[in-house]
Amino acid sequence: MREVTIRKQRIKKDSVKFRLILFGTLAVLLIVCSFFSEYLTPCDPYLQDLSIAKQPPDAEHLLGTDRYGRDMLSRVIVGSRTSIFSTLLLVAIITALGTAVGVVCGWNGKALDTVLMRISDLFLAFPGLVFALAVAGVLGGGLQNAIIALAAISWPKYARLARSQTLAQKETAWMKAAKLSGSSTVKLIFKHILPNIIGPILVTSMLDIGTMMMELAALSFLGLGAKPPIAEWGSMMSDTRSLMTTSPWITFSPGIAIFISVMIFNLLGDTIRDYADPKSRGR
Amino acid sequence: MEPILKVENLTKVFSRSGQEDFTAVNSIRFSLNPGECLGIIGESGSGKTTAVNMITRLLDATEGSILLDGEEITHLKGRELRKVYRKMQMVFQTPTDSFDPRRTLGDGIGESLRNIGMSRKETREEVERLLGKCGLPADFADRYPHQVSGGQCQRAAIARALAVKPRLLICDEATSALDVTVQKEILELLNELRSQQGNSLSILFICHDISLVQQFCDRVLVMYHGSIVEEGVPDDVIGHPQNEYTQRLIDSIL
Ligand SMILES: Nc1ncnc2c1ncn2[C@@H]1O[C@H](COP(=O)(O)OP(=O)(O)OP(=O)(O)O)[C@@H](O)[C@H]1O
Ligand SMILES: [Mg+2]
Repeated sequence: MREVTIRKQRIKKDSVKFRLILFGTLAVLLIVCSFFSEYLTPCDPYLQDLSIAKQPPDAEHLLGTDRYGRDMLSRVIVGSRTSIFSTLLLVAIITALGTAVGVVCGWNGKALDTVLMRISDLFLAFPGLVFALAVAGVLGGGLQNAIIALAAISWPKYARLARSQTLAQKETAWMKAAKLSGSSTVKLIFKHILPNIIGPILVTSMLDIGTMMMELAALSFLGLGAKPPIAEWGSMMSDTRSLMTTSPWITFSPGIAIFISVMIFNLLGDTIRDYADPKSRGR
Repeated sequence: MEPILKVENLTKVFSRSGQEDFTAVNSIRFSLNPGECLGIIGESGSGKTTAVNMITRLLDATEGSILLDGEEITHLKGRELRKVYRKMQMVFQTPTDSFDPRRTLGDGIGESLRNIGMSRKETREEVERLLGKCGLPADFADRYPHQVSGGQCQRAAIARALAVKPRLLICDEATSALDVTVQKEILELLNELRSQQGNSLSILFICHDISLVQQFCDRVLVMYHGSIVEEGVPDDVIGHPQNEYTQRLIDSIL
């Protein structure tokens, strides 16, 4: 019996590991490609040639050309840099900030907790994108300000999650045992709390990558994010909405790029959740 | 001989908003001599865990004082408090839950040793020695808590408690979650440790099973609704209970 369950566990663990490696590699590949995107483009993404405007996909321009005759494939490749990097940066910021606030609140309790949590309630009660619009409006346009605006409204979710997880961890017998082992507060947090709560938080951030990509795109569309001629998937899609019926490849190319990246990060998120479950680990 | 643990007027009042204050532990006093094994019995909810949580400073006392080896520890904090845990250790009721699910048993047992500055290699050797002393093979150090049985896990927990060579070992219902045969094994292990270490190890043994206390303890306290209602040698307390509650507790078992 025991042998069987152990073997089953091993198979499950192996498949989780396989998926982790697969999606992890894909995600890393995507990030590396976007980093070196300038060197990977077949044509100059900013070169306009109206004589070949709105050409459907063919051998020379695999994804066709846009209304100024720019090569879509090159634009999508170059756009990956802005889209993926700003999204990852944004998600990293809100994850780190939210987790830090949540852990401090959960661990400390008392007045600090009350104050910070009321502030986060305030943000949560507000319609997010509207607030981001206001913030971006006050700060002025630009990708950097769009990231700041979205970060300002998105951290409370992580703070709530980290706080409730920290509270649950704090009451466990192993935390008491760790305290009795003479570990300092810093050690308790970094060795016992964080490893135990980081799984669900990372899953949330992975699953948030898609949302954040879309919200950044929305801000770009409203002129509060990336500005043309910078290639950015969201603004590329929004700018060409009117061409959807006549030259769909222009709208769909960045759309599919968003779809594929969001899917890779979502699948990675699911896999990390499975992997983080301690029962799927060990022999 | 100076007692290893002396508790004076220890009181815990839980105040919950919207409800009346609740006195879980009511001005208890007792002392524990070096080498002695003192049992505390009492029904569920009588305040045993609350009392030992105050003694181990996992919970702040509302009133009273705790002297460990002559040192007042009731209000210690931070580094000073961590030093106290080199003299006092505890074994918990739920063995599996008392180890971090993300770390190996070896990590858990060695944590206190690493904290007092032992190197990784020395710690590993010491962990294996401790496991052996508690009747487990050395390779259990690499197992996760969910990969061992409750009894094995409790042995590991005892190994962890013994790592810093404490003078006071507190067992809060350390055997309650285990079945009878494993219970006996754990008690035998504790007995062995006592005879090996003589006066350098005192045990505070919380239990609600009066027969275990009779086998194992030199002296026993009976707790009821947060107060100590009776104290004495187990055979006397069981043979001639002075208190009505003790009488009922014994009747319910015999
Ligand atoms: N944090 C708390 N807040 C309020 N009341 C509490 C708290 N902890 C314990 N109590 C109450 O204190 C009383 C004593 O609880 P305690 O856990 O010390 O009992 P116990 O003797 O250890 O029982 P058991 O044998 O079931 O372990 C109980 O009535 C319990 O409801
Ligand atoms: Mg208890």
